[in-house]
Amino acid sequence: MSGVRVLVGTRKGAFVLTADGKRKQWDVSGPHFAGWEIYHLKGSPADPNRLYASQSSGWFGQVIQRSCDGGKTWETPGGGMTKTADGMPAGESNKFVYDASPDTGKPLTTHQWYDGTQHPWEFKRVWHLEPSLTDPDTVYAGVEDAGLFRTSDGGKTWQELAGLRGHGTGPKWQPGAGGMCLHTILLDPSNPRRMYVAISAAGAFRSDDGGTTWNPINRGLHSQYIPDPNAEVGHCVHRIALHRSRPNVLFMQKHWDVMRSDDAGDSWREVSGNLPTDFGFVVDVHAHEPETVYVVPIKSDSEHYVPDGKLRVYRSRTGGNEWEALTKGLPQRDCYVNVLRDAMAVDSLDACGVYFGTTGGQVYLSADAGDSWTPIVRDLPAVLSVEVQTLQ
Amino acid sequence: MIRVVLPPHLRTLAHVRDEVQLDIAGRVTRGSVLDALEARYPMLRGTIRDHVTEQRRPFLRFFACARDLTHEPPDAPLPDAVASGAEPLLVLGAIAGG
Repeated sequence: MSGVRVLVGTRKGAFVLTADGKRKQWDVSGPHFAGWEIYHLKGSPADPNRLYASQSSGWFGQVIQRSCDGGKTWETPGGGMTKTADGMPAGESNKFVYDASPDTGKPLTTHQWYDGTQHPWEFKRVWHLEPSLTDPDTVYAGVEDAGLFRTSDGGKTWQELAGLRGHGTGPKWQPGAGGMCLHTILLDPSNPRRMYVAISAAGAFRSDDGGTTWNPINRGLHSQYIPDPNAEVGHCVHRIALHRSRPNVLFMQKHWDVMRSDDAGDSWREVSGNLPTDFGFVVDVHAHEPETVYVVPIKSDSEHYVPDGKLRVYRSRTGGNEWEALTKGLPQRDCYVNVLRDAMAVDSLDACGVYFGTTGGQVYLSADAGDSWTPIVRDLPAVLSVEVQTLQ
Repeated sequence: MIRVVLPPHLRTLAHVRDEVQLDIAGRVTRGSVLDALEARYPMLRGTIRDHVTEQRRPFLRFFACARDLTHEPPDAPLPDAVASGAEPLLVLGAIAGG
């Protein structure tokens, strides 16, 4: 019997929500890593029981956790996996060190700081973990300050793919209010050499050689805070998404503007259409309909909550421009939550399920592709990320 | 036998309930205590001091014998009462909101 497992990262721990394919009765486990910020957790497409979690804290730094049993038990896979004399796991907390070698990627030492001066790269946390589509031991990590790391040994060791940070525009990257983070990693299911990343506030980038070399793909983006209308980088991209059947078609929620590319990011056009506001964080694509796209408009960049006190998901069945508000089951008064950039996901059951989490601690599900919604849980800590696994 | 009291989140990460006891050969300094702590509990590497620079993480402090030792050099001897095991070395997280 099919089922779903929803992985929820929050400000104060991780939660695992499971249900059978009917998605009616839910089992909630957690908090895992109670009290820590869990920016993201995600399962391996190649082995659904293999999960990775980014556990971090302003006090204690970054830890990567790994589960091999679908989230029942966890371990810190860093370093050697030997046991201590007491039989305890000896995994080392994970080490993310920027590549400073002259041999790889022309490593940079500085980026643009808030005051316009140059500032050295300083590792802060892992925002996003993207497991390989084919190998459960290979995972990409998007980090703050913006960089891309990869493990090929199940999270024991991580190496930077320094060609991104070092391709040449790095000194022009600058942090947004949330920090200078690499928050989106997309792997092309039809081309193992192609991948996309997005960085706030630098923009979107593509590699066609497995992550060794990179180029900005921001033509057509216009950001009112950048004087140069054709700026190659500096754009505050919040999220990009693709449908696996058409990986050259990308959808983007930028700081302002919802955008679309039909040529793998070489050019972008705006598809905000009739949205009540085109500011927002999330964007995702229906599992079976590549022209059906979801966003959650947020009032403005200075008021990070839904407009008019109404929580509305907007769906376009035309690949953008024409949007309909989805409200059934969602609060339509006195609601002032936000939906953060990694907090929406879809399952791949026949009737596509759409999930999103709010800063108010609710995780909502639509089991009918957005027509109606119901909360799975209402009172978690602020939700940072939502991922869903469709289990057979 | 050196005694170390960790903040609750690090006790959870290290799978210990109470204070940690460590044997240290040679001089008892904050650096040698943290070296021994991380050797025994590798999951704590990077959580108290940076993996590479070994700089103290900014929101952590070190106390012993009612004294704040945070800004003592890492190779300075710890108080005799810590070296003898009479008093623990306390690793404290700063009180902060959220």
